Amino acid sequence: MEDKAGSRVLMMGNEAIARGAVEAGIAVAASYPGTPSSEIMGTLAGWAKKYGFHAEWSVNEKVAVETAAGASYAGARAIASLKQMGLNVASDAVMSLAYIGIEGGLVLVVADDPGPHSSQTEQDTRYFATFAMLPVLEPSSAQEAKEMTRWAFELSEALRLPVLVRPTTRSSHAHGDVILGEITPAKVNCGFKKDPQWCILPSLSARKHAWLVNQQEEAKKLLAESPFNWIEEGKADWGVITSGVSYNYVKEALELLDLTPRILKIGTPYPLPDDLAGGFIRRTKSVIVIEEQEPVIEDQLIRLAWKEKISAEIRGKRTGDVSRLGEFNVDRVKSFIENSLGFMPVKPEPISALAPPALPGRPPILCAGCAHRAAFYAFKEVGKKMDAVYCGDIGCYTLGFAPPLNAEDTCLCMGAGITIAYGLSLIEKERPHLAFIGDSTFLHAGMTGLLNLVYNKANVTVVILDNETTAMTGFQAHPGVGVSATGDPAPKADLEKIVRGLGVEHVETVNPNHLQATIEAAERALAYNGPAVVIARAPCVNKNRPDKNFFIDKEECTECAICIEELGCPSIIKDAAGVTIADTCAGCGVCVPICPSEAIKEVTP
Amino acid sequence: MTKIDFLMAGVGGQGTILASNILAEVGLQLGYDVKKAEVHGMAQRGGQVDSHVRWGEHVHSPLVEENSVDYLIGFEMLEAARFPHFMKQGSVAVVNDYRINPPLVNLGKARYPSKEEIESLLLARAGKVLWVDGTGIAKELGNPAMVGVVLLGFLSTLVGGDQEAWLAVIERMVPPKFVDLNKEAFAAGRKAAG
Repeated sequence: MEDKAGSRVLMMGNEAIARGAVEAGIAVAASYPGTPSSEIMGTLAGWAKKYGFHAEWSVNEKVAVETAAGASYAGARAIASLKQMGLNVASDAVMSLAYIGIEGGLVLVVADDPGPHSSQTEQDTRYFATFAMLPVLEPSSAQEAKEMTRWAFELSEALRLPVLVRPTTRSSHAHGDVILGEITPAKVNCGFKKDPQWCILPSLSARKHAWLVNQQEEAKKLLAESPFNWIEEGKADWGVITSGVSYNYVKEALELLDLTPRILKIGTPYPLPDDLAGGFIRRTKSVIVIEEQEPVIEDQLIRLAWKEKISAEIRGKRTGDVSRLGEFNVDRVKSFIENSLGFMPVKPEPISALAPPALPGRPPILCAGCAHRAAFYAFKEVGKKMDAVYCGDIGCYTLGFAPPLNAEDTCLCMGAGITIAYGLSLIEKERPHLAFIGDSTFLHAGMTGLLNLVYNKANVTVVILDNETTAMTGFQAHPGVGVSATGDPAPKADLEKIVRGLGVEHVETVNPNHLQATIEAAERALAYNGPAVVIARAPCVNKNRPDKNFFIDKEECTECAICIEELGCPSIIKDAAGVTIADTCAGCGVCVPICPSEAIKEVTP
Repeated sequence: MTKIDFLMAGVGGQGTILASNILAEVGLQLGYDVKKAEVHGMAQRGGQVDSHVRWGEHVHSPLVEENSVDYLIGFEMLEAARFPHFMKQGSVAVVNDYRINPPLVNLGKARYPSKEEIESLLLARAGKVLWVDGTGIAKELGNPAMVGVVLLGFLSTLVGGDQEAWLAVIERMVPPKFVDLNKEAFAAGRKAAG
């Protein structure tokens, strides 16, 4: 990619954030993948050698944040990038870091996912920032994402606090043009200076809490001077206050409606610069607050107006005019403006009455040839005779939820499959409980749960679905892969040794594409009295496709469709031409033994 | 400068994201302000993928809105059929004549609409629906994954812009060893447009 300062380049928001970090001179970048944040580290890892900084996929988000914090303690600039649920995992570190403070600039980029498109919750990281009392910046475009990230390091050092940057799916994954800035070499001639201030003892916490509260006022002053908040004058006695990607929807909606209210664009939603926001609403009869997700700016404005006795009418989520749910777009923002004004200035053209057609949906599914499908099939074959419960986890294999596999009875958060299964087993002593967890998720949050099974003598079967990559988020490396984020060889974690080291005695490793062997391993694991682990290992089919092809012999096929109904493989198709295997078949061969008529055969060259 | 909104609709794994990256970059080369958005992640697992690409003098929103799309590019028939309400009256739909069954259709629990039904859904807004044997052409060239570039070749005859500008972007954005093949795919797409 072009990297000369002054060049105009089309960039994804996440790439722009990575560029901003490099321009700021980071020495360390750490992350755990999660949509929509993954491309930040994906980009940084590709640049690490060129610009001379350390980039890594950490074992989980807590580890990533603490690693970046350590580098910051030593005086270097560091960044951690994660998704909103990752911030939950890292929250223990983040809450205390707000008290302890930092030395080198520390920026935590936390990508939110309104919708949500690929998340368990629609939580708003700006609330988290409010809770932790840490400043948060919210970009509205790729260019601003780069500038904010760069500036966030300066802000962090000025306040001696970690600073959050909060893109959302449509700023992380949207592309826009970006003018590149100069790259600052990483500061590396620094080091940790011993000082009691780095140890968070209760007496220090009490003092630091007072300091942290005071820093909120300092933050407001610095944020008020930032280039990310601005006022656009208009011709009406009402105004719009907006932030992040919603700013773009507001601008376009107003153009379409031919309205020219005053606009206050906020790039620093917490802490809200009082003087700027107060000045704006004082000169406006009424304002509509349009921010995606929770009323973070709106609630601060309401408090401010009450405290300062400002009489402006504040409309938004609290008045029911603007939604706090889901993702915004221009059409929704138009309707929020209409709700707030009580009328629509431009009548919608009658043409817009067309409803979307009712068509069969297309949810994501396990790929053709995915070994998870085989593992689910085998364990369900064994478990169905005993009404087993299947506890799932976060990853591609969450898609095992869908029919016909129906192999996920629960799914909560990273690592919870193992522990929920355990909790169930304490109540339902006669029923078998299984947990499915991927390799990356097991290393992220599964090991402690497994140790708990051993320690408390649980009777739970854990199936580690090991496809040797973090597939769902884009095939990132992890400690079990043997490669670092920057592509260098790395020690490869041996899952079997880890599991045995945690004290599990019944451990087997199988290739799930060998269906009969997997069924037998499942039988042994479920019959075992105590914690049992089966490592179902086959490389992700997207990384390593078996070199085989299969076809259905028309002479033998009775069109019973058992193959389709049992496996749900997208490459087996039944239509007017009968049952056939499409050319998307990845060659796993798992359907072969399932066919009662032995009609599925390998293509021999 | 005219505003042109594109919506690319396909199935995860068909290459819609690369094609939309190329289309966005071409817009930038042709002097437009460009915004583009789509969702990565879950959609890659054979799910629905919609890419929004917007060219204009000044583009705010990265998302196209209903009733605004000038060109709908369907990588798969059913996926194209989801978006008539996003199309502008008299707009153009370029649809790959290719069908991928969604899971429920495959399990016999839902019906895949006929080509005629899909065409009539789109004609509620589209001025014309242009069918392209994109996957067929790409397969003939040796790789069905090039369907995106075939469709871009077809689209380039409608949108205009210097052909060399399109080719220069393709050359820069596809893997080096597939440059020549992708140029052939682009030319084949143009030829299919007649």
